[in-house]
Amino acid sequence: MTPNTSAIEHAAPEPQSLAANPIISVRDLVHRYQNRTALGGISFDVRPAELFGLLGPNGSGKTTLFRILSTLMAPSAGTAVIAGLNVVRDPAELRRHIGVVFQAQSVDPKLTAYENLWHQGHLYGLHGPALKARIEEILTRVGLLDRAQDRVESFSGGMQRRVELAKGLLHHPEVLLLDEPTTGLDPGARRDLWQYLRVLRDQEHVSVIVTTHLMEEAERCDRLAILNEGKLVALGTPEELTREIGGDVILLEARDPEALAEQIRTRFHVDATVMDANVRLEIENGHRFIPDVVEAFPGEIHALSVRKPTLEDVFIHRTGHRFWNEEPADEKKSKKKKKH
Amino acid sequence: MATAAIPASRAPSVGVLLPAFTLWWREVVRFYRQRGRVAGVILSPLLFWIVIGSGFGTSFRSGQAAGQQHYLDYFYPGALVMIVLFTAIFTMMSVIEDRNEGFLLSVLVAPVPRAAIVLGKVLGGTTLATIQGLIFLVFAPLVGVHMTLASFGLIVLTVFLTSFALTALGFAIAWPMDSSQSFHAIINLFLIPLWLLSGALFPLSGASRWIRAVMYINPLTYGVEALRTLMYPLAPSSLSFTLTASILTLVLFTMFMFGLAFAVANRRTVGSR
Repeated sequence: MTPNTSAIEHAAPEPQSLAANPIISVRDLVHRYQNRTALGGISFDVRPAELFGLLGPNGSGKTTLFRILSTLMAPSAGTAVIAGLNVVRDPAELRRHIGVVFQAQSVDPKLTAYENLWHQGHLYGLHGPALKARIEEILTRVGLLDRAQDRVESFSGGMQRRVELAKGLLHHPEVLLLDEPTTGLDPGARRDLWQYLRVLRDQEHVSVIVTTHLMEEAERCDRLAILNEGKLVALGTPEELTREIGGDVILLEARDPEALAEQIRTRFHVDATVMDANVRLEIENGHRFIPDVVEAFPGEIHALSVRKPTLEDVFIHRTGHRFWNEEPADEKKSKKKKKH
Repeated sequence: MATAAIPASRAPSVGVLLPAFTLWWREVVRFYRQRGRVAGVILSPLLFWIVIGSGFGTSFRSGQAAGQQHYLDYFYPGALVMIVLFTAIFTMMSVIEDRNEGFLLSVLVAPVPRAAIVLGKVLGGTTLATIQGLIFLVFAPLVGVHMTLASFGLIVLTVFLTSFALTALGFAIAWPMDSSQSFHAIINLFLIPLWLLSGALFPLSGASRWIRAVMYINPLTYGVEALRTLMYPLAPSSLSFTLTASILTLVLFTMFMFGLAFAVANRRTVGSR
């Protein structure tokens, strides 16, 4: 039998041509809990030294995917290969090649920053002077060397996250997996973290996979996969994805949005939908359309906005509903929600 | 297909000892940095011993097996086992905390064999419970215990074995749990009676037939009995078996409990949430 990476490449050739061999290769990944399908057949590749985002609302399956990639859970079907190692068949070996930063705090607040890393190093077989040198190196990297001997419980949220990051990077992983890494951080600490992830990618060529439910974070990724209800709904660079919508997004505030949407559909032959009591439509050259629509329905429109599409629009475009399903929704959407 | 997995296993393993050592170290350091916990496990059994011991003392005098012993003396080995029980079981509450906080996840994604996790955590708890038990030995001269070097060594061994077995039991109980409340419930339902029926509070000989049966199959009985024999070699033993038999039973119990902890840790592969 040939090594499994090449076997997979032959079995399922990717439509997009990749410059280098993918560092992560996910094929037809399925995961079912007792009564619920969390992942319904997902395939994508991550390139080496790429900042890759997994974007999806809560319950989209991204946490399940994260757990499978970090070897905590075996998928029901399909394969995931990281750095040439299968997550199901070679978890023990794979664990040396990946660094994982969980959303929940994994540093021990009763230990100092140095002790936390000392402990972590032992779990990866590092010890003695080499470990000491590496701890000092990584603490310098995350800017905490002067606080090395302080207990983590005295640190701010942003500093604790940096210790988490240092833990994940201590053993020089090729792939770093981060689950919602900016949860609970203030904007400054958030910016610092993303800055550091880019440095990591550029200088150490680490492939970074980040799950997030925040659009503005997803926009900072090199490429991203958008998940919804266990399906991959979009894959590409943020620019590619927003460009594909084309033109502009127009939102109209109206007295009777349903009626207005209906009238716009018959009169202008565009796909106007109602979303959060607004009429929403995607259209080329929005600025030219606006005078027409305002004149066509005098007094009907209270306010309007026109903007370039965002990742949220990509999500709406691909799924037909808003990213935040739990927000006040009209009846059509609440029916959709009840399927679960 | 199976052959494809072989190359990966050629890489040198992290081994069991280094990760087990570091988990043991964390367990011990963490404990002594929480002053409240230290005070709790030392003071509460001490209070128990003095309050229960003094209170029961007068009404117990007529009990035949205690002989001429004062109840505070009789109760001393039982109180020591209680300290060990409390410390051992409560240190394993850290398993639940680790799981809820995410610390355990970071250990589970490290290239560490499950055996190392069990060994490190259980030895950590064992160390703490043994130390707390030995600290209590400071009071031994007050209750008329005279130890030789040999009997001291055997007392340490007995305390260690009891600690190890109970910590492993605590690990096995805590591993599948998500909340410390349910852990407390199990302790109250199961472990406190286990201690009550170990001969710690009252001697076997005076008990009714079915309680005596429970005491005979209760592994803690052998810990209490071994300690009592070692501390009061002249007092009449309430059991019909020897010190060697007690200690051997403890060894078997310890091995069984560690096996149980290991099996439980291997069964659950995910920090499911």
